[in-house]
Parts: sequence; C-alpha cells; structure tokens
Amino acid sequence: MSPVRGDTDQMPPISEKLDKFFDEKMKQYPTKRGFLVPMLLYSQDEVGYITDEVIAHLAKKTELTELEVRNVISYYSMLHTKPVGKYHVQVCTNISCMLRGGEEILEHCKQKLGIGNKQTTPDGVFSLEEVECIGGCSWAPAAQVNYDFHENLTNEKIDKVLEQYRGKT
Amino acid sequence: MAQLTLHPDEIKIVSKRFGQGATDINRYLELDGYKAAQKALAMSSDEIINEVKASNLRGRGGAGFPTGMKWSFVPKESAKPKYILVNGDESEPGTCKDRPILEQDPHAVIEGVIIAGLAVGAKQGFIYIRGEYRYLVDIMRKALDQAYAKGFLGKNIFGSGKQFDCYWHTGAGAYEVGEESALMESLEGKRGIPRIRPPFPAVVGLWGGPTVINNVETIASVPHIILMGGQKFADYGPPKNGGTRLFALSGHINKPGVYELPLGYPLKKMIYDVGGGIPNGRKLKAVVPGGSSTFILTAEEAEQMNMDFDSFAKRGEFLGSGGVVLLDDTTCMVKFALRIMKFYQHESCGWCIPCREGTDWLKKTLTRFHNGGGLRKDIDNIKYLAQNMLGRTFCPLGDAAAIPTMSIVDKWRSEFEAHLEGRPCPFDPAAKITELPVVGAH
Amino acid sequence: MAEVKNVTITVDGKQVTAPAGTLLIEACKAVGIEVPSFCYYPGLALQAACRMCLVRIEKMPKLQTACTVPITDGMVVATDTDEVRQARKSMIELLLGNHPLDCPVCDAGGECELQDMTFKYGAAESRYMEGKLHKEEQQWSPVVFFDRPRCILCYRCVRVCGEGMDVSALGVQLRGSSSVIAPNEGDHLNCEECGMCIDICPVGALTSGAYRYKTRPWEMKHVGTICTHCGDGCKTTLGVRRSDTGMDIVRGDNRDKSGINGDFLCIKGRYAFDFFDHPDRLRQPLIRKEGRLTPTTWEEAIEHVGKRLREVRDSKGGQAIGVIGSNRATNEENYLLQKFARTVLGTNNIDHQRTTDFAGFVRAIAGKENITAAMREVASAPAILLIGNDPTERHPLLAWNIRNNVRLNRAKLYVVNSQSIKLRRQAARFVQVPAGSESKFISFLNGDDASAGSLTSAGASNDALKQLRDELKAQKDLVIIFGSEVQGADISALVKFGSGLGAKFICLGDYANSRGAADMGLYPDLLPGYIALNSSQNFAEEWGQLPSAKGLGLAEMKQAIKERRLGALIVVGPDAPDDLGLELLEASDTFIVTLELFQEQTANGTYASPQRNWASVVLPAASAYEKAGTFTNTCGDLQLLKKAGDITGIKSDFEIIVRIAERMGADVHKLVPFGQGVHADMGQTRGAQSGEADRHSVWLAANGLEPRLSPFDPMAILDEIQRLVPGYDLSRLNLLAGNDQHMHAAEHSNAGAGSGLVQISPAQDSLFTSGTLGRYSKVLNDVIESHSLANKEVMAD
Ligand SMILES: Cc1cc2nc3c(=O)[nH]c(=O)nc-3n(C[C@H](O)[C@H](O)[C@H](O)COP(=O)(O)O)c2cc1C
Ligand code: SF4
Ligand code: FES
Repeated sequence: MSPVRGDTDQMPPISEKLDKFFDEKMKQYPTKRGFLVPMLLYSQDEVGYITDEVIAHLAKKTELTELEVRNVISYYSMLHTKPVGKYHVQVCTNISCMLRGGEEILEHCKQKLGIGNKQTTPDGVFSLEEVECIGGCSWAPAAQVNYDFHENLTNEKIDKVLEQYRGKT
Repeated sequence: MAQLTLHPDEIKIVSKRFGQGATDINRYLELDGYKAAQKALAMSSDEIINEVKASNLRGRGGAGFPTGMKWSFVPKESAKPKYILVNGDESEPGTCKDRPILEQDPHAVIEGVIIAGLAVGAKQGFIYIRGEYRYLVDIMRKALDQAYAKGFLGKNIFGSGKQFDCYWHTGAGAYEVGEESALMESLEGKRGIPRIRPPFPAVVGLWGGPTVINNVETIASVPHIILMGGQKFADYGPPKNGGTRLFALSGHINKPGVYELPLGYPLKKMIYDVGGGIPNGRKLKAVVPGGSSTFILTAEEAEQMNMDFDSFAKRGEFLGSGGVVLLDDTTCMVKFALRIMKFYQHESCGWCIPCREGTDWLKKTLTRFHNGGGLRKDIDNIKYLAQNMLGRTFCPLGDAAAIPTMSIVDKWRSEFEAHLEGRPCPFDPAAKITELPVVGAH
Repeated sequence: MAEVKNVTITVDGKQVTAPAGTLLIEACKAVGIEVPSFCYYPGLALQAACRMCLVRIEKMPKLQTACTVPITDGMVVATDTDEVRQARKSMIELLLGNHPLDCPVCDAGGECELQDMTFKYGAAESRYMEGKLHKEEQQWSPVVFFDRPRCILCYRCVRVCGEGMDVSALGVQLRGSSSVIAPNEGDHLNCEECGMCIDICPVGALTSGAYRYKTRPWEMKHVGTICTHCGDGCKTTLGVRRSDTGMDIVRGDNRDKSGINGDFLCIKGRYAFDFFDHPDRLRQPLIRKEGRLTPTTWEEAIEHVGKRLREVRDSKGGQAIGVIGSNRATNEENYLLQKFARTVLGTNNIDHQRTTDFAGFVRAIAGKENITAAMREVASAPAILLIGNDPTERHPLLAWNIRNNVRLNRAKLYVVNSQSIKLRRQAARFVQVPAGSESKFISFLNGDDASAGSLTSAGASNDALKQLRDELKAQKDLVIIFGSEVQGADISALVKFGSGLGAKFICLGDYANSRGAADMGLYPDLLPGYIALNSSQNFAEEWGQLPSAKGLGLAEMKQAIKERRLGALIVVGPDAPDDLGLELLEASDTFIVTLELFQEQTANGTYASPQRNWASVVLPAASAYEKAGTFTNTCGDLQLLKKAGDITGIKSDFEIIVRIAERMGADVHKLVPFGQGVHADMGQTRGAQSGEADRHSVWLAANGLEPRLSPFDPMAILDEIQRLVPGYDLSRLNLLAGNDQHMHAAEHSNAGAGSGLVQISPAQDSLFTSGTLGRYSKVLNDVIESHSLANKEVMAD
C-alpha cells in the first residue's frame, strides 16, 4: 500500500562512524526505537539539522514509519528540521536568569547579531534562540552556544564569547 | 560551571568528592569509590532496602517520596526484566544541583545504580541526562567505559558472578520528560507523553518491566548511605527527612551557588548567612523554595520556614527540587508569574485539555495584563483558570503551573491591581503600554 | 480463563454490580448514568486526556477519570456534585477558548459532541479576550479534510487509524498548545481512505470530502441499509434528501453503529454510493432500432420484451432462452428470477458469475449442523485460520473483525497465503505457500506429510508447517475462512479436517449478495436452497411442472450463443461479466435484454457501452440503494435492505421481472404470492371437498404475517422463500429491527447437489474498486487517481 521511500542504494545521510555507533547503542535496548531520540540529536549535530534523508534513514533503522519519527522530532525543542546557524546561541531568560539580567543579554545578542529570536544571520554563522532553564541558575545569567555553557554573563562577556566563535569560522 | 562554593554549615556527603578529580575512576577509588557497591554485593536485597529505609532518604527530584519504600514496591519475581532509571533531566527552573554531581562525581551515580539494581533484582540501568547537558553525557560515557573496563559493570561485576549493565541515554529538550512516566516514554524512543497510572513504574515501567526511577541526587546519595549506615545519614536531618541535600541558591542573592546542607536547615539562615543576603541593600520580597513548581513564599513566610519536606507538607505546600530562588523588592510579581507561565506553556506536552489550554490562556492573559491591557476581572480569571487546572490534569505539570500562579495572585494581588486600567508596570521605569484593553473580543 | 467475580459499587446512591475490572465509565453507563467523555472510546486505548469524565471517588484525594479507573468492591462514586460539574464546565470553557465556534457552517453542527456537551454542561461565559488561533483548512485526500482549529485533540482518529485499521496514517505532532494531528505524508494521507477518522471525530475537525458543506444533518432522512459493494454486508446509513430526480444521497456512514459492522465502514460503504447519480446513469428504457439504442417508454419496452420472449419460448422452447442473474440483486429478486425462468420461461438455463465455489462448499457441509460461522463470530472466535484471499482489500469488515479480535481478545490468527498479505501482521503464524498450492496445504493438514515438500520455502519451513498444523489441531472453536483459491474437493478435504475439530467455516465470495444469489438457486442444476433438480417436490407442488433437465451454465450459455443456439438472453445487474463474448452477437438475431444501471450516451444522443454494445433492449434498473429486500452476506447472514428513495424513470429488477412475466401472459399471482390470505382464505373457497388449502395463506396466518397486497412487494417473495427454502427460517421481527440473522441454507440442502467443476471467476476487486459500480463512483476514481499520482511522485524523487 504505502510506497517505499528512500533509495536504498543511496549513501546514508550520516557518517559511517556515527551509523556504527548507533548500531552498537541500539543493541542496549529491547526495542529498535529505544535509542531514537539520541540518534536524532547526534545526527543533527553531524548534519546540521534533521533532513528528510536523516528521517528516512532513521525510520528504516528503527522500523518505524517516517510519520512516527516526525511525531517524535516535533516534540523535542532541541531538534530542528530546518537549518540553524553554525553557532546556535541559546540565551536563558527563565526566572533565575531573568532576575539577573537574562533578558538584557538576549536583547543585547539581538542587537549585536542583528537578528531576532529563532533567526539566523545571513552568513549562517549565528542563530539565536531564547530558551527555557538550562540549569545555569546559580551562575545566572547563562547561555549555551551549541553545547558549551557560558555563565555569569554580562554584555561585555557575551560580546567576547561571540567574538571567539566568530573567530573559529 | 563556576567554582564550588563553601560554607561552614555545609555537610559534604554527596558533594564530598567535588573538586577532587573524581571523574577518573582511579581517583574515585581512592576516595572510597565503589566500596559501597562491593559492600552491597555481600548484602541481601532486603538488607539494602532496609538500610535505605533507615536512612529516611526521600526523593530529591521534587516529590520527596521515601526511596526505600519505592524500592520495596518492586515485585521480587517478574517475568519481564527490571530496570533502574536515573532521572537526570533536571529542567525545573531554578534547579541546577544534579549538574555538579554529574560533572564532578559521575561514578557515584553509577555506583548508586548498581546498588539499586542489587536491591530490587534489576540487571540493567539507564542514566538519562537532558540533551542540553551534552558535556555531562560525555563525562558519563567515559565513566561508564571505565567502570566496564574495571569489571564493575558487565557480565561479572566485581567478580561476583552477577551481571549488571548500565547505559547512558540523552534527551533532546523537553521539561515534561522529567516526569517519570514521560521519562520512560522518551527512553523508549517516543514523544514524552506521560502514562496513565496506576500501574506505577515500580510494577509496570520500562518496556513493561518493573522500574525504579530516581533522581540523580537520590541515587548518588545511596552509596554514602550504604557506607555510613542508614541511621547515620538519617540523623543529619529532622525525623523522616534524612540526610543532606544540595540547595541551589539563585536570583537576587549575594552568593549564589550550590550548597549541601542538612534537611531542616532554616531558610532564613540559608538566605542571609549561607547566601550572604540580598544584594544592593534591597529587601527580600519573595522566595521560590524549590523550583518554579512550588508555592511561592513571602519574605515573612520564608523567614519562618525550615527546609525539609514535612515542614512544607504541613502547610499543604512543597519543598520541591532544591532550587531556591530569591526575589528582591524590585521584582514585578506579575512579570514573574508571566515568565513562569511562559515556561509551562512552552513545556506542556499538550496531552490533556486543562494543561494544554489552561497554560496557553494563562500565558495570553498574563501577557496582556503585564503589557497594560489588564481588566479587573482578569485577576479573578487568572486564579479561576489555575484553580481549574489544579488536581485535574493528566500529570503534575498542570499543578506545577497552577501552584505558583495561585500563590502569586493570592499574595501579591495589589501588584496586579497596580497594573490595571492602562497603567504601566510600576517596577519598570521604562515600561510603556503596548496593549490596551479590548472589551468584548469574544 | 479464570472466572471474573462481580463487585458492587455505589454511584450517586445507586448500586451497580459489574465484573471486577470494568471501567467505571462503563459501569455508570450500565445503570444509565452518563459520564461525559471525549477521548474515551470503547475498544480503543485509554487516554485520560480530555478530563471530561472526572468524578469524585470516596477516599481518593483528587477527582478521578472514570475512563481509566477499574471498579473495585465497595467503591463510592459521585458523578453529579457541584465540584464535578464545575470541572466539566471548565474543560469546555477551555476547549471553546480556541474553538472557532463556526457551528452554523460546520458539517458536524447538530451532530457534534462538543455542542452537545456545551449545551448540557454550559459554558456560556467567555473568559478570554485574545484572538483565536486560525489555520486554513487542509485537504488530506479526496475524502479527508482537516480543520485544525476545530480539533479538540481527543486522539480518537489517531487510535482508530492505528489500532483499529492498522494503517497508522495519523500522528500527533508538536506539543503543548501547538499540538496537532498530522497525516503521514506531510501534507496528505497515504492510507486506506476508510474515513473512520472522520466518523469517529467528535467535532467537525475531520470532515468528509464527499459530504462537506452539502447539507445540515437535520435536513436529511437517515436510511440504515446494507452496503452494495463487497460480500461482508456492512450496514451503512444513507443520508438522503429529496431532489429533482427523486432523491439525493448525500452521505453514508454508520452513525447508529447497530450493524454487523459496529464501528466499521470502509471507503466503499462510506462514500461509494455516489455512482447513483453518475451522468451515465440510465433513466429510461432503450430499444435497439436500426442498430441504435434509442430511448423509449417503459410501456413500449416491456411490451416488446414480453412479446419477443414469448415468441422465442413458444417457437424454440424454454431451452433456447438463457438467464444470467446478479450478485448484487436482492434475494427476492434472484429467487423471483429463477422462478420466472423455471416456471414462465420453462428453462433451467440460469446461472450467475460464480466468484467462489459456494456449491462446492454446500456439497462439503450439507447435513452438518452448526458448521458455518456468522460475521460476528469472527470478532470473537478464539482462533481463526485464513486460507487464501486478502481480506484487507476484498473483505474489509472481515479484516477489521480479525484484527480487532486479535488486538482486543488475543485471538490466534493463522494465515496461509501465497502473498504476504497485510493481515500477516496480526498472525500468530503466517505461512507463505506457492500460489496454487492451497490444495496441497489442505492435504498436509489432513496428514499427508508428503505434500509438505512442495509447500516449503523460505517463508514456510517444514517445521513451521508442522507447528501450524499441531497448533490448529489443538484449537477449540476454530473458525476457518477460505477464499476462492479453495474449491471443489479441496473444500471437502478442508471440512474434513476442520469438522473433526468442531471448527466453523466461512467461504468468501465477492459482491454484496453473491451468497444470496447462490442460496436463491441461480444455478442450472440447483433450486433455491441448493435443492437438486431431481428432488424438487416441494417446489413442483406449488409451482407446477418444472423443467427437469439440467440447464446451461454460464460457460455453456456463452458457447450456445456463439453457436447461435440461444434465441434470447436476459442479463440482470450491472456486474454481469463483461467477458461474455456477446459482442460477437451484434449482428445475430439473439434477443438480449439487459437490466442495467449505466449506459454511456454518445454525442449524437444514442447510447453505447464500449464493453457491452450488444443489448437489444436495455432496462434502467434500480441499485441496491433504491430498493428494498434482503441480502445474505458471504457468511450467510441475512439483513434487511431499506430503500433510500426513488429515482425517476428507474424500476427495480423485481418490478421489471413481474411486469415482463405479466406481459408474457403468466399468472402473476402464482409468481408472486400477493393477495393471498386477504379473505382469510383457509382453503374453503377452493372447495373443502378437494381439501386443497392455500398453503401460503395458512403459513402467513401461522406466522402472524400480513398478506401482501402488491405484486411488487418483495416481502411477498420473502414469505415464500422463508416457507420453501430450507434453512431460511428467520424472525421477521429481528429482520425489521435491522438485525442480522445467520441462515443455514447450505447445511440444510440435500447433499450431493450440484455438479463438480465449474468456472470460478473472482471479482479481483481491491479496496478502491467495485466492479462496474466502482467504475462509476467518482470518489473511488478520485482516490485511485490521487494514489497513483502520489506513487509517481515518490518514484520520481
Ligand atoms: C513536570 C515534571 C518534571 C519533573 N522533572 C524532573 C526532573 O527533571 N528531574 C527529576 O529528578 N525529577 C523530576 N520530576 C519528578 C519525577 O517525576 C520523579 O518523581 C522523580 O524522578 C523520582 O525520583 P526521586 O524519588 O528520586 O525524586 C518531575 C516531575 C514532573 C511532574
Ligand atoms: S481515512 Fe481511515 S485509514 Fe485513512 S487515516 Fe482516516 S481512519 Fe485512517
Ligand atoms: S474520557 Fe476520561 S479523560 Fe477523556
């Protein structure tokens, strides 16, 4: 009934190494889909975002329909099906950070990067997102750039942080 | 993370190895590591459970359920495999106390999982770490590899002939997944929608097997309890509230940080002594005692409180997750309520009507209210919405959203009134009215 | 199974006793206390999502969801306190907050559970001032539309599609207040298009492409009748309006769930009524004049047909006339047709397209009591063996029953098929055998281990076969279902195997009344009830002299036509086989009458049908939805067909046959027992001395039935069927109440009937086709087109 999607001969959309790693991890779960959420996140880290090809690939791996995989993806706020910047700047404005200037940091980043919340700079280097509590409360205000934590932020400090990343490109 | 703050009142049990390089297994072994697991191997499962019961250890995830009792609910015989699941989804606003444990002492968590497994007869454990904590996932992966390499995990742990496996897992951004049944769904590769209970996880959990779910800190306390003896641990805290816990101070406080203090520690002392008081000579206005899901205290109430589960339970309130957030008198409580609601609206899984729709309408109403568009009837309406969520949602997230909201409306009603009729936020000198009341939109 | 003990609880002061473990919501229902719910749906997974069913249970700290709490002894429940009412009201308020309240234009208006609950529990006050979320309506398939703001997220559609249909074409995406139901192909559906999601939707979020914006529910008359498509016999409720042409069917659904099909309907039952007003629907009789089919009046047409048939019969004898009956005509029509053939035309040349070997089935089971299973039993049997067929495509209700029996009752399903059919997913064991080797498999079941050799393959090891056989032998109350792959002697062998185990059987035939056609004697060698021609006493006593020689079967009639031995032929029904080869006859002088639904009209106003341009006279006949009578489904379950309405210019097969008979000079009173018993005629009028009573009126009186006053009343023939056909002992009350009743004509026939090998030609329909009717259904054509388009896109990817 349902047509088979995804060309089987095609190169997998993720590296062989990552794919092997998935295969190993999947063995630790009694069901094929057990490792799905981490697989999505790690694939996103490698590919940049979760492409249709990644979805097809993981659906096949886990013996799920693509619909089921999409249902899962859309639930988790860290998973993106559209490209984001190379450096995804996530500024926390939740209570502890808000009380110590998190909102001002976010505002400053908007000015500095010239983009709004959930937008990407035209050169694709930075994207910005206002996020919920990231566990930096006692070191607020806090932000993450990709997975790196930056804490006790001030406008000057975040400027330096952004500069550092820009330097890496 | 910033440096590990110290205060003389701290009793370092769970944080004992912080700052000592214990992520490396050899260093961990030097610091009494894996002794408790070996001790537990020589104990019967009932002996382990009784020791934990004697410790009066109560869940550090927020609900404070007695851990020994939880373990004793796991059936001895089970056709399906049993599991230990560590809840490292730490996402409750104001809470950042599992992070130092995972960062500084990952082996304590692994050791706790092994002991829990021996106690309930499980052969597998999973450590679930929230997706944002990738560096902690990496630390944990390394720690697990080391434990396997030493033969502390695997087919024949510590040469005992017993098998125990422990694996890491990570989320991808969802507060609700911290709720234990949603956590299991997520670990099974699904959307984080909670399950109907009963059956409780201890009876029907991961993949249908009996499952013990404990917070990172709870699990990390276990090896210490086994080593020092349950009674000793219990004695640190008041009756039925055993031991110490990590309190994360944040917000308007001079010395924010994570401190290990005995349960029952006076909140006033915690704020003014341990935390060094309120900055800039301001006055304390409100305290969030244990993460955003708890009833919010006024400064006066806070000064009376002791930080243990039962002191709060007596008032019909909750000690919560250990995240203590301080608010000084420059804080707009309407804005604070709004920020909290924005969070719950964003994090509601959407499964049930009262939580999905209730958080959404509360967020909308509070947004308008804070922007100057509030009407008098909105104040009651906010409370009405919260009351209609409380106790009626599918999982406690709805309660968590309702509780702070209700306490803010009840205790700071005057601040809502100060926003009424197109007046700008009294706490924000630059505030402008961005939304005027529209009457009869529906 | 352990005996479940009863427990007693108190609900609003009433005592309720029910088996322990019953859900509280169901226990309440049992004593007439309605606990409102959106997400709860019997037979689908519990959700506890809508929170409408919150009730107060003593000793519990919070309100509890009645939909998830199993009752325990001594439970004390309050469902109607202020607290509970307030909780319900607040849920509705919350739902209405974002609901568009476009009830006046919503398809579900008047049939909406949200409307009903708002009415009942009240939420008149609006507490919000913000604007509502708006999203454009989306079309997901030719038949499924989605209006997101109306959706209340009860997840019924997702569950019925996944759990009920095993299609899983719907999911939930995003989270929180953005949560949304999503189709499997991003912006559209790739599914079985059953429409169950629409039916189960409590509001107007999922709407039917066929019905939307056409009418309001209260403007329709609702006629619960039987689907005219496959042989399963689902009840479909037609929503009918009056129109210029007599009537307009606007929708089909199973709104009262009272049928044999419960919750289920497939795409055909739900939407494929739409052939009824296809532009090619024939609305006046046609007579071939100078080579062209030309419109005429009924008077002229019937006169002409009667005259010509009489001529042929009188000059060449009845054996020069052939009759082909229909798998979609009612029992009454087919019975009447063969009676007409045998008593008026004087011929046994009568047959129909045999889609399965019912006659062979009868030979195998005749005389064995209680050996056939009803459709409902498939939903509850503890074990099922399915040999051949692909019920998902060809018997959707049967497939639904099998699936849900496995899911809800843990029934064991064993599938033996040459294809890896979808039902393998529910099978405890699936054995794939080479096509055509079903016969070998049956020998193997009967102990012939040698035949295993030709069955084994990658999909079926020797061990798997043996295990299957062993497990089957251990099954009590097995239901064995087989398709047309199993015929003749193989059926006997299968029955030998199964009857030893006490199994029951279902023989799968295609089309809505193929079983009825067989039961009613559309055979050249069998009378109604599979009675052999040489033991026709009962019929002969009433009908008079019957032709005794075996008539021509379908294949023989074809041959006879080729050889120009047939002077006349009557073909009833739109699904007479296209391959009769009759096109050869265009120039011949065989007089051919067809009773048809469609006839293409060519540009110059004349009629032609590319496939069947061979009729001498075409009579526009009613479809199943335009007439009354009974159908017998493939299992032998008899059900009432109700007439949705009349279409101008069209007559039922029944009326047409009676009129032709009358024009041929037959005594209509003898053909149709109408008017009998009107004067309490108990034999007296025809002379007590002769002792000849009017058996029919005696029977009517004895059965408490009314005399029939019209020769066109099919019930008159049903009276006769019931009286003369063994095994058709039905309860009229049940029939009229819309219930299904299992008939036993097959078991009650006189054994040995019917001859051996005949040609079986299954319909080969899929889920989206339905013989000729399917070709004229816009919905089916649209769906086929959209699916083939989608497939092409995928291939081009
Ligand atoms: C919405 C919600 C979020 C939660 N998040 C967490 C969490 O991030 N970490 C945690 O340990 N417990 C969390 N909990 C509590 C867990 O459900 C559970 O009670 C806990 O993990 C049990 O462990 P404990 O007994 O050791 O505390 C959360 C509960 C709710 C209702
Ligand atoms: S039409 Fe039927 S099969 Fe398709 S999605 Fe809806 S319920 Fe499922
Ligand atoms: S019917 Fe019980 S929660 Fe919906």
